[in-house]
Amino acid sequence: MSAPSKTDRMKAPGSIAMVSGRLQPDAKYKIIVENLSFSYGDVQALFDISMKIRQNRVTALIGPSGCGKSTFLRTLNRMNETIPGTSMSGAVRLDSRDIYRDFDDPSVIRTRVGMVFQKSNPFPKSLFDNIAYGLRVNGIKDKQLIAQVVEHSLKQAALWDEVKDNLDNSAFMLSGGQQQRLCIARALAIQPEVILMDEPASALDPISTAKIEDLIGELRKQYTIVIVTHNMQQAARVSDHTGFFYEGRLIEYGPTKQIFTRPAKKKTEDYVTGRFG
Amino acid sequence: MERLIFKPKSRWREFTGEKLISITAFVALIAILLIFVFVFKEAIPIFTNSYVQEEASLDKMVFKQQFYEGRDSKWSWQPNSEVPKFSLLPLFIGTLKAALVAMLFAIPLGVGAAIFSSEFASRRIREIIKPAIETLAAIPSVVLGFFALMVLATVLQNALGLTFRLNAFNAGIALGLAVIPIVFTVAEDAMTSVPRSLRDAATALGANPWQVSMTTVFPAAIPGISAGVVLGFGRAVGETMIVLMASGNAAIISASILDSTRTFSATIAAELAEVVFGDTHYHVLFMIGSLLFVFTFLINLGGDIVLTRLKERLAGKTI
Amino acid sequence: MKQIELQPNANSLEVVSQMNIGCKPRGLIPRSLTLSAMLIILVILVVIIGNIVIGGIGTISWEFLTHPPEQGMEAGGIFPAIFGTVALVMLMVIAVVPVGVFTAIYLQEYTSPKSRVVRLIRIAINNLAGVPSIVFGLFGLGFFISFVGGGLDSLFYPEAGPVWGQPAIIWASLTLALLTLPVVIVSTEEALRTISIELREGSYALGATKLQTIRRIIIPQAMPGILTGSILAVSRGAGEVAPIMFTGAAYYLPYLPTKLNDQFMELGYHVYVMATQSPDIEATKPILYGTILVLLLLTFALNSVAILIRSRMRRSRVSAQ
Repeated sequence: MSAPSKTDRMKAPGSIAMVSGRLQPDAKYKIIVENLSFSYGDVQALFDISMKIRQNRVTALIGPSGCGKSTFLRTLNRMNETIPGTSMSGAVRLDSRDIYRDFDDPSVIRTRVGMVFQKSNPFPKSLFDNIAYGLRVNGIKDKQLIAQVVEHSLKQAALWDEVKDNLDNSAFMLSGGQQQRLCIARALAIQPEVILMDEPASALDPISTAKIEDLIGELRKQYTIVIVTHNMQQAARVSDHTGFFYEGRLIEYGPTKQIFTRPAKKKTEDYVTGRFG
Repeated sequence: MERLIFKPKSRWREFTGEKLISITAFVALIAILLIFVFVFKEAIPIFTNSYVQEEASLDKMVFKQQFYEGRDSKWSWQPNSEVPKFSLLPLFIGTLKAALVAMLFAIPLGVGAAIFSSEFASRRIREIIKPAIETLAAIPSVVLGFFALMVLATVLQNALGLTFRLNAFNAGIALGLAVIPIVFTVAEDAMTSVPRSLRDAATALGANPWQVSMTTVFPAAIPGISAGVVLGFGRAVGETMIVLMASGNAAIISASILDSTRTFSATIAAELAEVVFGDTHYHVLFMIGSLLFVFTFLINLGGDIVLTRLKERLAGKTI
Repeated sequence: MKQIELQPNANSLEVVSQMNIGCKPRGLIPRSLTLSAMLIILVILVVIIGNIVIGGIGTISWEFLTHPPEQGMEAGGIFPAIFGTVALVMLMVIAVVPVGVFTAIYLQEYTSPKSRVVRLIRIAINNLAGVPSIVFGLFGLGFFISFVGGGLDSLFYPEAGPVWGQPAIIWASLTLALLTLPVVIVSTEEALRTISIELREGSYALGATKLQTIRRIIIPQAMPGILTGSILAVSRGAGEVAPIMFTGAAYYLPYLPTKLNDQFMELGYHVYVMATQSPDIEATKPILYGTILVLLLLTFALNSVAILIRSRMRRSRVSAQ
């Protein structure tokens, strides 16, 4: 699949069947973004973006800072709605349902599309309660089940062995890298289908970063992952597909290998070869 | 791991929760609005009711009146006499006298201590000063009033050989004690919020600490210090229990601060319990309350604006 | 700045040495002047507190705290005043804390900071704190007693004498609640503002609704601020006399208040009454001092707790950063 040009952007909503005919057998589309524009007040941050994100793949979003990649990420689970004074047009479809128009309650979307932030943000609670938080706010009260899920999520995030004896400790006692993995475990606990990661390793040391990257490799078997990164080596290492954003526009989108070796656009080539950014 | 099943969230709960919060907030805000309405409302008959106006119209309260035929006209506050007299001038002078004494006492001490705390004191000394000032601020005004009534008045009378034990001077000093924490806190806050970078810049040019204070800190903090003084004056005018207990409460016109004196606030406190609902006197007391309200509100508003601007300006300088 | 300091060959060492010699104004006089201002304040504070402690310590006993006044307040204790103060302040807290906290949450979480109306409301709240307490007393009389109480009476008890339309503990505590409302709102809002956006987003990203985030993350985090505000409100409320003089406090009552429309005795008002209306001031003096000491201890204890919580909150905020 080459980068979408103006001509093969979907114009009509509900034309999923037409699209699915072009799917590869192993790469169903999980999220389809159609003509998305987004503004903070009078400042437009995203311009007419269309993008199809594949299931069980890692999709990296790269671009210089302020290019709109983080803003785009936040539109995929309606986190943008927590900021007052923003407006958007276009559609984001999750398994063919429009997450803005087909769901009244954004919190339902966020249980299906989880998010990990740039700065690790554990709650000022115990490790256990941090992971259990998502379950509790979504109405799960069975203590045994909660304990089971906490253990499972910590194992998935490769943190269990380090913390299993100290689950009642405050989350702030963990190191920075551990805190970020805790936040990943917390996101996994509510069993999302998609995980959005906003520069998850940008504040971490190389060893912690490597651990997070390994984790992403593991998680891709079960989840669809979209990761924003300013680190191009990281994008090249962890992702299957890469989208290059520049000044609020999706300039080029395609298999990671192609973006980094034979980019179709001059701008992309300049960026990935380090001429600006 | 089995698939978790989330129940759909109760929208009813979210809805009632949010409504509860907004309705409570609304009630609180209405209550705040009602304060304005109800204090002013009871003062309105002075401007509209002709029966009330016969005894207390606006000009009767402001200008000299001839109360008895054949005698000189004068300003007088005697609401309970056979011919009720509602001249506000004696109370105005009394309020001003007590407040001025309070300010003359509180400004040097409050500003001085604030300068000491922000410019000279070490961190450890400051950790003693602040709680001390907070303690002074926490003393209920009835206790300060009691102290002025029982102890200070005797000391001053003996020391100065005064005729009247309770007078504007005595009340003013006690009032000053209530004002000092306000002046101190606002002034000290203004000086300590002068950014480090400004001080450093002056120090780097070879100025010693006192020169830094003189050339950079004080000029920048002057609006804040003045705001502290003005806010303190607002408190001095509105404070009730201290003047009620320590001033002697004589509604006389006199220039001497050593005479007994009666303030607006003490007049309300002393007389409201005895008035008849809906009486002229009742409305006049509410009118005095409205005056106090408007005056202190404006003073606070002014102080607030000055301080906000100052903070914004100083914050801008750090970047 | 004086130019003299910058002579052509003056290197930094010379400037430093000149400073040490004292050619520049070093602020010794201002230093000693401001120090003495500070000391005068401290001395006055010590004198006042010392006077009250010395005068009152001998009076305080178990009997004094648990018995009613006797012989026209020249003997006996102050139990009804302590009881009345506690009841008054508790009613006030029940009214002011939920209302203040909800209002702060509403202003901080549900309104746009840019909104003009919200800014106006905030200014009104801030300035309410500076309105003289006697004005609140007027309001309590005009609104609670004559408007609300009188209204209830004419609706439900048109035949009987005043039931609600008279001074009562409920009206006094509501008046105090209004007086202390800004304290609770301001300190809660301050605490809410320090909670990072990351924490809120973390909660939203796990599928929590706004209300759930407020209940499970924001309020627990703001708790120290809410507590500080409430304690400061209590300490302020316990010391105010002017607002309750006409709205419910009584000189002397032979019984304790048991209903919301009863009158009550109160420590501060008791002090005022004894100090100004007593026929024999020397005879009431020990009791007067004892009462003031109790009042002071009460307010200081509350304030110290508030200061402690606040400083601990600040310290933990610093260490978290």
